[in-house]
Amino acid sequence: MSYQGVWTIAEAKNGMIKTVSYELLSRGRKLAGKLGCELASVLITNNISEEAAEELILRGADKVYLVNAPELENFIVENYSNVLIDLINKYKPEIILAAATTSGRTLMPHVAIRVHAGLTADCTELDIEEDTGNLLQTRPAIGGNIMATIKTPEHRPQMATVRPRSTRPAPIDESRRGQGEVITIDFNPELLDGWVERLGFRKNEEEDVNIQDAEVVVAGGRGLKKAENFALIRELAEKLGGVVGASRDAVDRNWISYPHQVGLSGKTVTPKLYIAIGISGAIQHLAGMKTSDIIVAINEDPEAPIFKVADFGIIGDLFEVVPELNEALAKLNKASAGISRTPVKNTTLAEEVEEDEI
Amino acid sequence: MNIIIPIKQVPETSNVKMDEETGTMVRDGVESIVNPLDLYAIETGIQLKEEFGGKITVITMGPPSAEKALREAISMGCDDGILLSGREFAGSDTWATSYALSQVIREAGKFDLILAGERATDGDTGQVGPGIASFLGLPLATYTSKIVELTKDSITVERLIEEGYETLRLPLPALLTVVKEISYPRLPTLRGKQRAKKLKLKQWSSEDIEIDRANLGLKGSPTRVVKITRPKVTRNGEFIKVVDEESLETAVERLVKFLQEKEIV
Repeated sequence: MSYQGVWTIAEAKNGMIKTVSYELLSRGRKLAGKLGCELASVLITNNISEEAAEELILRGADKVYLVNAPELENFIVENYSNVLIDLINKYKPEIILAAATTSGRTLMPHVAIRVHAGLTADCTELDIEEDTGNLLQTRPAIGGNIMATIKTPEHRPQMATVRPRSTRPAPIDESRRGQGEVITIDFNPELLDGWVERLGFRKNEEEDVNIQDAEVVVAGGRGLKKAENFALIRELAEKLGGVVGASRDAVDRNWISYPHQVGLSGKTVTPKLYIAIGISGAIQHLAGMKTSDIIVAINEDPEAPIFKVADFGIIGDLFEVVPELNEALAKLNKASAGISRTPVKNTTLAEEVEEDEI
Repeated sequence: MNIIIPIKQVPETSNVKMDEETGTMVRDGVESIVNPLDLYAIETGIQLKEEFGGKITVITMGPPSAEKALREAISMGCDDGILLSGREFAGSDTWATSYALSQVIREAGKFDLILAGERATDGDTGQVGPGIASFLGLPLATYTSKIVELTKDSITVERLIEEGYETLRLPLPALLTVVKEISYPRLPTLRGKQRAKKLKLKQWSSEDIEIDRANLGLKGSPTRVVKITRPKVTRNGEFIKVVDEESLETAVERLVKFLQEKEIV
């Protein structure tokens, strides 16, 4: 049996499918369309009903392979790897896409080794090579200084992790209801590894720390001068409905904790809006944020490299600019408080799904 | 407690220069350093050794000049170094690299723990740590931010994930990839430097270990790089300089309008 079909690895937590799963469907739909093959999602989880899993069908999957078991409640790489390899051996997909999340970036290499597949990390573009039908995977490397396009000519499946938020989630298409099939796979307890135990979980002490999922990231750097001044950044982030990021400098000075760090030794973020305040823009920092949709920089030094990647820059003292900006936004929020805000988002989603590389 | 730490020598990225014509990296004159994220694995290993005793072996795959990276790790406090080098390894992707390093580790003797940096700052894949665990069939924790407890036969760690921190207990031997939050790397001591300079490193090629040559280098790599391009980085932004009250007001007004145009506020 030859390898056929495109798979996406959906993620769920507490009975909810994560948005990143729908972003993968946008990617997968395009590839399956070019190859003229089926698109399937694999969902390894606990407590998701077939009805809930059908949302993956509405958003573009032809099939969903649903593996539901209490033992799979939490991501333990050994167990998920065994389950996925079992499915790969049974159904032989040609392409497998997962999100470049902490679990995707753990599961995929674990699996790729054992099925002897080629795997490309953190792709920002995916396409099909015309003559061969090979998957072309493009990813930033060397601190984002180059884009490398990679293919896997002989091994199957071709595997890739895809940078979260590098494409829009596939929208719900009600006309797809009943057009696909949710296939529940009985969990084989022999696939349970049982070595690693999950003993507990604690949320980040600060609520606003998930910088990779945020639409807006307001980041502060050395220019803030001391920890207390992050209050300015927090206030602005709050006003924009965003979260707080930081440069390595700020983290190394203990002004803010590591989960906030953007850049090569921190996280790569791709928000709709990134505001860099008092950050000069060392190449390591730029590597972590330069693919953001819109970049705003506020810095005193007109020569700061951050301005090279900025769509809007204010050259000035952040201690003057940011309070003024916070005040202006406060006035604006007050003024619009009476007007009901129209949910523009869902309508634009449907229109913009075509241009999927931002 | 015997610990193995696979490390990588990488170009110092803050000094990376790009050839404007070809879009490739200019390697001449670029200093090579120990992958900055590996330093956290090295520091963690040294702290465990200080508390529980044992030995740390650092290993790397690379050209002969990569021994400099091993010596740096030793100068921080690691005990031994193994350099896997040879033309047959050139062009290895993460699959082939994971395989080769796994075979070195099988040969390197009994160990309790493998510590690796979460990823290297050049390739930026983060795939080799999990790859080694997969080849060796070891329990794996990625993104480890804290070691909570170490016993004779298990290790309890926290790992940093999107939503917070989860606690895992793994039986030993195990493999951890670590993030920056786990430790603060020390500087080499003078004594350490002297020891590192004198120490005889093990230099291995594919002749010295049991290894399937079909799995090495470009030949053994499932993936191929087909194209390298240089992304356009510079954006043509709008800039306003603040010099007084009036320009401050204008700048903020313009920024708010810009955010409104982009439908952010």
